[in-house]
Amino acid sequence: MLTLAFMRAAPSVAQGALTTPSILAPASTPAHETFALSQFVLVITGTIFVVVGGLLAFVIIRFHARKTDAGHEPAQIYGSTQVELAWTVIPVLTVVVLFLTTARVIFAIQDAPEPKSALDVTVVGHQFWWEFRYPKLGIVTANELHIPASTSDAPQPAYLQLLSADVDHSFWVPQLGGKTDLIPDHPNQMWIDADKPGLYLGQCAQFCGIEHAKMLIRVYVDTPQGFDAWVKNQQQPAMDDAAVAAGRRVFESEACANCHTIVGTSAHGTFGPDLTHLMSRATIAAGAAANTPDNLRSWIEDPNTFKPGALMPAMQLSDQETDEVVAYLTTLR
Amino acid sequence: MSSIPIFADENWRLPSRGRVAMFSLIIGESAIFTIFVVAYIYYIGRSTYGPTPQILDVPWFNTICLLSSSISILFAERAIERGRLRSFGAWWALTMLLGIVFLAGTTVEWKRLIYTDGLSIRTNLFGTTFYSLVGLHATHVVVGLLMLSLVMIFTLLGRVEQRHAERIQVLSLYWHFVDAVWVVVFTVVYMVGR
Amino acid sequence: MADQTFPIPGTPDVGLSRGAAVLEWLHSWVVTVDHKKLGILYVVYAIFFMLVAGAEAMAIRIQLAIPHNHFLSPELYNEFFTMHGTTMVFLVGMTFIFGFGNYLVPLMIGARDMAFPRLNAFSFWMTAFGGLLLYYSFIGGFGLYGMGSAPDVTWWAYAPLTERAFSPGHNTDYWALALIVAGFGTLGAAINTLATVFSMRCRGMTLFRMPLFVWLMTVTSGLTLITITPLTAAQVMLTIDRYLGGHFFDTQAGGSATVWMHFFWIFGHPEVYVLILPAFGIASEVIPVFSRKAIFGYPAMVAASIGIAFVSLSVWAHHMFTIGMTSVSNAFFALSTMMVGIPTGIKIFNWIATMWGGKIRFATPMLFCTAFLFQFLCAGLTGIMLAVAPWNWQLHNSYFVIAHFHYTLTGSFVFCMFAGIYYWYPKVTGRMLSETLGKWHFWLFFIGFHMTFDTMHFVGILGMPRSIYTYEPDRGWNTLNMIISVGGLIQAIAVLILAWNLIDSFLHGSAAGNDPWDAWTLEWSTPSPPPPYNFATDPVVRSRRPLWDIKHPNDPDWKYER
Repeated sequence: MLTLAFMRAAPSVAQGALTTPSILAPASTPAHETFALSQFVLVITGTIFVVVGGLLAFVIIRFHARKTDAGHEPAQIYGSTQVELAWTVIPVLTVVVLFLTTARVIFAIQDAPEPKSALDVTVVGHQFWWEFRYPKLGIVTANELHIPASTSDAPQPAYLQLLSADVDHSFWVPQLGGKTDLIPDHPNQMWIDADKPGLYLGQCAQFCGIEHAKMLIRVYVDTPQGFDAWVKNQQQPAMDDAAVAAGRRVFESEACANCHTIVGTSAHGTFGPDLTHLMSRATIAAGAAANTPDNLRSWIEDPNTFKPGALMPAMQLSDQETDEVVAYLTTLR
Repeated sequence: MSSIPIFADENWRLPSRGRVAMFSLIIGESAIFTIFVVAYIYYIGRSTYGPTPQILDVPWFNTICLLSSSISILFAERAIERGRLRSFGAWWALTMLLGIVFLAGTTVEWKRLIYTDGLSIRTNLFGTTFYSLVGLHATHVVVGLLMLSLVMIFTLLGRVEQRHAERIQVLSLYWHFVDAVWVVVFTVVYMVGR
Repeated sequence: MADQTFPIPGTPDVGLSRGAAVLEWLHSWVVTVDHKKLGILYVVYAIFFMLVAGAEAMAIRIQLAIPHNHFLSPELYNEFFTMHGTTMVFLVGMTFIFGFGNYLVPLMIGARDMAFPRLNAFSFWMTAFGGLLLYYSFIGGFGLYGMGSAPDVTWWAYAPLTERAFSPGHNTDYWALALIVAGFGTLGAAINTLATVFSMRCRGMTLFRMPLFVWLMTVTSGLTLITITPLTAAQVMLTIDRYLGGHFFDTQAGGSATVWMHFFWIFGHPEVYVLILPAFGIASEVIPVFSRKAIFGYPAMVAASIGIAFVSLSVWAHHMFTIGMTSVSNAFFALSTMMVGIPTGIKIFNWIATMWGGKIRFATPMLFCTAFLFQFLCAGLTGIMLAVAPWNWQLHNSYFVIAHFHYTLTGSFVFCMFAGIYYWYPKVTGRMLSETLGKWHFWLFFIGFHMTFDTMHFVGILGMPRSIYTYEPDRGWNTLNMIISVGGLIQAIAVLILAWNLIDSFLHGSAAGNDPWDAWTLEWSTPSPPPPYNFATDPVVRSRRPLWDIKHPNDPDWKYER
């Protein structure tokens, strides 16, 4: 009862606090299907709970030894074939029903054919950040996924190809769907189709090392126009403001370029996130800190400030170099 | 406490604890081998580089020796059951000899694989799975031979008697298991896997 | 017997000095091959490590009580939760079951000792040293960040995180090697139990007249043979990868991360049944005695136990619904997982039917068993929810799963272990545990347990994943986590009360006598504690409840048993 009440109340609560990644506030077809199935399952398990729990409660109260009892032992009943048969058959039938409903949803979600209008995204899991590539659009970004809203008259689901550059990870944004793992040498696929624009939160759900807890995901579901605008911006090479040329030189000559890519410069590293449009993201370090100049500065000086164990080393730049690089990076919208 | 007479004077016969224990051990060991065999089979053809199973020579002679040792140990079991201790000693020694020949043959095979063909446990996935599986089996042969040699020593010292037949049979069970595992390993590695 | 002294009549009493007597006493425990002493050693070891792993849990809960806490560093947190799980499963769970099994099985079947007493001692000490090796990791050598080298890769240690490339320190090595060592001990104990049960039953005790606890230990031991061994094999493979340059789980060389997952869970799932089956056995002994009725449907209980063991071998990939198996595979494992709920549910019905029409005395053992029934029902139902693969895709690796398995492990396994402790402590020590302290222990633990683990279901539903050393403050998880942590504190207090009860009652508890609970199985026919040889004459039995037959000569069981 408590659970059912919670489940009915939670969506509105969850939606009010849009940042609670509740599975009870589905916003995508796989999540909706799962939610519907879960309610059906809950009715069945709830019934079993009430019946068996009720029997247990009854037995505890009714057959409690009382001081007024006669001293002899109660009647010894060793078993009953009919009763035992009944309580074997009923569970078997319950399992059959449960299984058939479950199987239907498994096939509906996993084997859904990919429509032509689908958006293809390749997700590569790294220790401890997410790489998002849009192969048909020529975009590479990190940690914050943008997809267009998908409605029934203009469906545009996002089909995610899941790969890993190192260890196992798992992509979980509860409101948009169940999780699927990213396993090295074992490509996986999942799809989501968010119906309402908004920000949906998630994080890595398979322990991947010391900073697993800080491998957060932000999914921005844009309106179709908003998405187009975002795509166009992302397809541009990096801003090249002469005022911050010093910072760009620092970036290209120091070790930054070994790990990071900024399109339009000589930095082509792929070990770390693509920074071409760094300032189009709300957070840095896969959500470990807000994307502000101060945080950027702290991060570059020593990533352990936000994420002890992150694989980016402290860059050992001088104060002036750091200022210049930060000034440069903050122009990369 | 008082005894409750049972209604019929039947014999109360229970299996020997040595046999139950050895069967249990064999079941457990079979599970370990099954995991290594499954890994081997799954990984057939999946090495991304390095030598392939084609470089293996089928160890017919070794296999015949090892499987014959199961026959010789069976004769040894018969002999001690009937109290024929000299016969037992001879068959037991033959079993050990065949086991040692098997191990020697394995050594020769591995020497060639390592030094001539360049296949070690770290060379590639095939090397890892091959040496692990065949090596696990060889380890069990070594342990078996150690137990057999203990019995051999006791026999030579004259301390083994007909009444020990049951224990000898329990030990032989282990040896038969080791041979049975070889049949599986041989088939998977040298027949199916090549 | 090495642990008893028999003075020769007529000789002067050359007593040992105090110090020498203590040394002699300690020595007798170290060299013992008596199944009762080894059983006690196992259970004391289990209780000790339960306190240690409980302390680890408390540290975890303090860290998670508020978001962005700094009580534990990320590395230390990862070590603590890995060690908490590993300790609880191997050093608490396995030791409890083989402790109870060791002590009770020979007594319950009318035997003098286990089939192989020296193997028994060897098995205990292997397990004990495996545990010490595991804990040595905290101090042996410097981990990556100077926090010791305790395992920090979760208790299921997925590859390739555990390969040298991603775990260069010794953390994973301690995990693999300590468990390989402990695993040999477990294998020995299982072999010994099987040999004892099949070969050493007293006259008249056919397999279908054994106490259910003995049946469950038998099924558990058989299951253990093929459960622990896959883990040992996988850990050997991992060690070959880490030390000999092997490539079993090296995805660059053709190895596979999913192969580790399959091997681990082929161990991991049956393992939890290895743990829970003896707990069922304890419940099957306690519930009838305190309901004053024979167990309802003994043959069905035996069949269900064997059925559970077999079906549990086919469900392992329900831990892997999210790894990208085909829809057909996912459907298969959903079905097999749902099916294992059937024999399990049948057992619950049988226990309730045993209580039906009885005269239930709610002494502490029965309190714990009754709570177990309720909690195991809930655990089974959340298990069904997790078997529904699409729902699992949401709930997997979230706090919902942690809530589920703590309902089965703490709420069911531990509650039954506590019941067993209160039930058999009088037999083992000759003293009764304090009922007052027992009830305090029970109610505090019950309240704390529900406060923590009921709440945990909800925080999982709200999207909180597991294995994270902290969480974001804007996700709506803050209050729930605080409640969970407070519940943990209450449970800790309850367990400390138990520890106190165990010690205080040993010194001051009232005398128990042979049969304080008016029970029916053979162990209650011996003095408390039993003499080293257990039975002065070999018992002969004619039914499942030999003492009932003696106490009710006009109404013996063997007239009515099916």
